[in-house]
This record gives sequence, C-alpha cells and structure tokens, in this order.
Amino acid sequence: MWDQEKMAELKETAARQAYRGKNGERCSAFTTISGAAVKDLYTPADIENLDYLRDLGFPGKYPYTRGVQENMYRGRLWTMRQFSGFGDAYDSNRRYRYLLDQGQTGLSVAFDMPTIMGYDSDHPRAEGEVGRCGVAIDSLADMEVLFSGIPLDKITTSMTINGPASVLWCMYLAAAEKQGVTWDKIGGTIQNDILKEYIAQKSWIFPPEPSMRLITDIFAFASRHVPRWNTISISGYHIREAGSTAVQELAFTLADGFAYVEAGIAAGLDVDEFAPRLSFFFNAHLDFFEEICKYRAARRIWARRMKEHYGAKNPRSWMMRFHTQTAGCSLTAQEPENNIVRTALEALAAVLGGTQSLHTNSMDEVLALPTEKAVRIALRTQQIIAYESGVANTIDPLGGSYFIEALTSRMEAEAEDYFKRIDELGGVLAAIDRGFFQQEIADAAYAFQQAVEQGERIVVGVNRFASGEPLQIELLKIDPAVEQKQVERLRELKQKRDAIAVSVCLDRLKKAAAGTENLIPHILEAVKAYATEGEIIAALKEVFGEYKEQPLF
Amino acid sequence: MERNRGWGLTMSERKIRVLVAKPGLDGHDRGAKVVARALRDAGMEVIYTGLHQTPEQVAEAALQEDVDVVGLSILSGAHMTLVPRIKELLAGRQMADVPLMVGGIVPEEDAQKLLAEGYADAVFTPGDPLEKIIDWIKEKCRGE
Repeated sequence: MWDQEKMAELKETAARQAYRGKNGERCSAFTTISGAAVKDLYTPADIENLDYLRDLGFPGKYPYTRGVQENMYRGRLWTMRQFSGFGDAYDSNRRYRYLLDQGQTGLSVAFDMPTIMGYDSDHPRAEGEVGRCGVAIDSLADMEVLFSGIPLDKITTSMTINGPASVLWCMYLAAAEKQGVTWDKIGGTIQNDILKEYIAQKSWIFPPEPSMRLITDIFAFASRHVPRWNTISISGYHIREAGSTAVQELAFTLADGFAYVEAGIAAGLDVDEFAPRLSFFFNAHLDFFEEICKYRAARRIWARRMKEHYGAKNPRSWMMRFHTQTAGCSLTAQEPENNIVRTALEALAAVLGGTQSLHTNSMDEVLALPTEKAVRIALRTQQIIAYESGVANTIDPLGGSYFIEALTSRMEAEAEDYFKRIDELGGVLAAIDRGFFQQEIADAAYAFQQAVEQGERIVVGVNRFASGEPLQIELLKIDPAVEQKQVERLRELKQKRDAIAVSVCLDRLKKAAAGTENLIPHILEAVKAYATEGEIIAALKEVFGEYKEQPLF
Repeated sequence: MERNRGWGLTMSERKIRVLVAKPGLDGHDRGAKVVARALRDAGMEVIYTGLHQTPEQVAEAALQEDVDVVGLSILSGAHMTLVPRIKELLAGRQMADVPLMVGGIVPEEDAQKLLAEGYADAVFTPGDPLEKIIDWIKEKCRGE
C-alpha cells in the first residue's frame, strides 16, 4: 500500500506534528485508564506491519479479529442478559419473569454467598448472608421454583457459580427434566472458572487439583449429553474488578483458558471435543478504545493459539465467544444517576467490540442490589444502543482505524509477554501458588487508587465537579425474614425426603470422588434424591479437602 | 481497662497497629487490600486476616495481635449480623474500647444504626478518600 519512501516521509511529518503540539497540551502524559501511553495521532505508520488477511480477515473467519459471526448483529443482536437474583427462589422467579416481560432475551442467575461457597442456608456460616447478594438455592426443590413458568427449552440461562458449579448445574439439568425438556434442547452457561477464583474473585472451595477434575468431568459429560451447554465461562471480569489493568485482564484470562484446554487434553479428551463449548466473560470498563481493542485482541490470540498451538481443527474451537458486563468498579456512590452514563459508554464499547451477550449494571449497584426501576433503565440502555444508535448496522465499524489496529496489536504483544512470564513461573497453577497474579493485581489496584487520590485520575462527582448534595435514591431492601423462611423450608425438605436414599447417594459420591471416574452422574443422583448443596459439597470436602489462601496485600 | 501495649514504648513512639479483617463469605478483597497498603504506607503496622473469617477468628486475631484499631470490610450485605457480633466478641475479650471501623457496601440507614447503637465507631463507603480513614485512625489513637 505504501512504498518505503512515502512511509518515511509520513513518519517524519507525524513526528514533526507531534513535536509542535507538545506545548499546548492539557496533560503532561496521556494514558488509558490502565496507564498505557496514548499518542496524539495515529497514521498508517503505526500499522505498517499489519496484514489485512493475516491479522484481521473477515468476520466469521479466522482469526476472527472482526467478530465471530459472518453477519454479526445484522443477523442476531447480542443477548441482553441481566445478572439477577436475590432473596429466595420465589423472589427471584418474579424478577426473572419481569425482566423477560421487559424484553430481556436470556437469564443470568446470581446466587447468594452461602450458595456460592457451598453452604446450606441453615449453616452457621450462612447467618446474615442468605438471599443478600443473590438468590439462596439449597436443593433441587429451590431450583424448580426458580424456573417455574419459564420454559427451559426456549430460554438460555447463565449461572454464576464456580466452586459448586457441578452441583448447581446438575440441579438445573434435573429441573429441566422435570419440565419435560430433554438435555439436547437446553442451552446456557455455567461460570465454572475456578482459576480466576484463586486469582481474583476468591470464592473457592476445593484445592486446585480436584477443582480441575470437576471441571474436566463437566467438559466430558456435557460433550456427550448436553451438547448446547457452555461448560465454562473463562472470566476476566473479576480480575478487572479486583483492580487489574486491561492488558492484565486480557492476558490472565487467556492464560486461564489455555490452562483449561491443557487440563482437558490431559484428561484424555480431544481438543475439538470440548473447546467449541468454552466461552469467555470480559469486563467493559470506561476507557472506550482500550476496551474495544481488548476484545479484538482476545479473539485473535485465542484463534491463533487454538489452531497453531493446540492443533484444533474445528473452527468452532478457534472462535472466542464472550459475555460482557459493564464495570461495577467504575460506578460511584456519589451522584449515582451519573452511573447510567458510564454504563452506556461501557456497553457501547462491548458492542463495538463484538460481544455475544451483555449485562449492563444498574445505577444503584454500588449501593445495594438494583431496584426494578434501576434495572429497567439498564436494560433500556442496551435497547437504545441496539435499536436507536445505528452502531449495530455494520460489522466491526472501527476496524481499520489506525489507532484501533495499533492498540489491538500492542495489547496482543503485551499479553504475549505475560504468557511468557507465566510459563517461566511454571504455568498458571504455579503462578497462583506464588501469588504472582494476586500481587500484580493488588499493585495495579493500589496504583489506580493513588492516582485517584492525588487527582491525576478524575472521577466526575467524586474528586472533581462534586455537588455534595445528599444522596436521594430508593434502594432495594432484602426482607430479613427471607433467611428464616428459607431455613424453615430446608427443614421441611429434610423431613419429607427419603433420608436413606440421600445417604446412599452421598456415600457413592464419596467413593467415586476417591477414585477417578466421572463424578457428574453421581452428583446428579444425589441432587435428584434431594440431597442439599451443602451436603454434597461437605461429602466432597471430606475427600478433597479445602483451599487455603496466603493473604497478601 | 488498660491493656498492656508492650515494648515499654509510649503511644506516640509505637506504631499504630491495625487489624484489617474480611469477615463473612464474600471474596471482594480489593478495598481491604488497598486500605491495608495505604495504612502501611502511612506508617502503621497492618495485620491482614485474609478472606472468609468467622467473627470469632476476627476477634481472636485482634486480641492476639494486640491491635489499636479493628477494620472490617464487608460487601456481602451481612454487615448488620457480622458487625454487632464482632463488637460483642471484642467486648468479651476486654477490647470494647478498641475503635472499630467498617468499610464496604453499607447503606446509609444501616451505617447510622451501627453508629448510633455503638457497634461501629466509623463507617467508610465507596468514594471516601484513603486520607479520611488514615486521619480518623490517627485521631482515635493519638488524638492528632
């Protein structure tokens, strides 16, 4: 496109212009929110080495930089999937039906902390936490209520559950059966990403080795029996929320992805047997272009690794499909209405980056779980982007921008540097063990907070332009009686069910856990006998033990 | 009752000792870690418990570490259960006079209640500057 002489002239002109502009600039250094330098101007000189067919290609074609579908949003829009759950299964079922009535196109279940940590609602450690930041699910009976009146062959469901993912997934499979829906008809996602729990989200149960076994058991079971299920959602979201930079989010998430692929292969699976069902989950933070480049780089890195390194032959194994959630950590408690605007910008970045599904945060989520009104505005934000803004009319509209392509390539290169460092440390598990990710993230979080404190980073309404007006916003309150009711229901269930059947199932599960066979059929049996989540997890803990962190800051 | 502050140093010579604790089940430790590091950078001795601590573990750590201030970080919504419990357990260990601060997602109404009923001495929420926390601790411990 450019001969050498013209390119040299162009570089010289660009450098002269940058030099002249320096005096009148409003900052001494322009950086992304992650601290990466941004130049004044990008020209063809910045993408000199970019080869269109090799590095970008066409949408729906390797290396998928421009998107995983051939027609992207001209065919089908992204799935609008609001993460939701609170109180008991009845409360959350009502909220799901409301969201579906409002035009939401998929469900996403938020569980409460005891469920996430594998405790029943009547466990002493659950006290005060039942139904607080998600829905309390103790047994199949709760799962049946949660989806009552919601046809599981028509709606796909995402479940944010990790340590006990196998148990909650089995409850979902059993609930579908009860509705008369066969497993080949159901679709959805379990987060099931334990590595990022050790790294960032910190809701772990078992040590890494048995946790990885449960995950590969799920891969194997799903590939045979639940073909439309996304068996894992490899998550950068929490890594970013814990304070990482965009490149760290990109690199650590993909490194986790490679670790799961290697674990699947080590468990004897063919890569094309399970890789098509791996999915991802990214954050959408405020730095608009950096986020768009992050998604584009992620797709390219994944495709290249899967094809060239792991030898995957099925194009579906090369495709990175991902969910996005706007950045909770970018929201402010001050002037919460401003969060609507922040979320809209973040959501727009996710769409321009080619996300497959999207959750937009509600303005009040920094204060409490969202009210119905707040969540409706959040959903409307997506609908306005989809139906009014026109950005979904053409594919990857920013592709080819000098800046976008230069930054995409730079982020890819920086991620590759991290992969080398992780390899040198002995891989992801060894790096976790040495606190590598945890320290990198804690350092980035602290650096960012310092920049905010010193006013180098402006947060509107907090460290600049603060009105100081008292907060006036209605918040959702969780009825404290929820906990008592849930505990009472659990007591009734334990009286009604066949106690012998439960203990037989749990014994079998323990025996299987001590061996090497796939655990999913055993967990399913226990779930169907109405063994509770806490009982199943406790049985597995007897065999597997528990993970302990080394606290550092 | 006056506990033994150790080392024969006066309060102004000895570093302020702070326990940063994560009671309850949630894993959100970004805030706790940032605060812990800021307090350390401000010259304090910081003991961080790590995640998922029971109220008993928190109170016991406060006693064993002989801290001057206890900080609790809670983002799971369980603060109205956990904070009073920990305050009582501290009192049971003759540490009722140790200032207790709470940080995290705590609605204003709950914060007022915790303060009014004497379960907490300060509640910090998102957007509060680190400086405000540091100043509060110094004032409580040294009357600065």
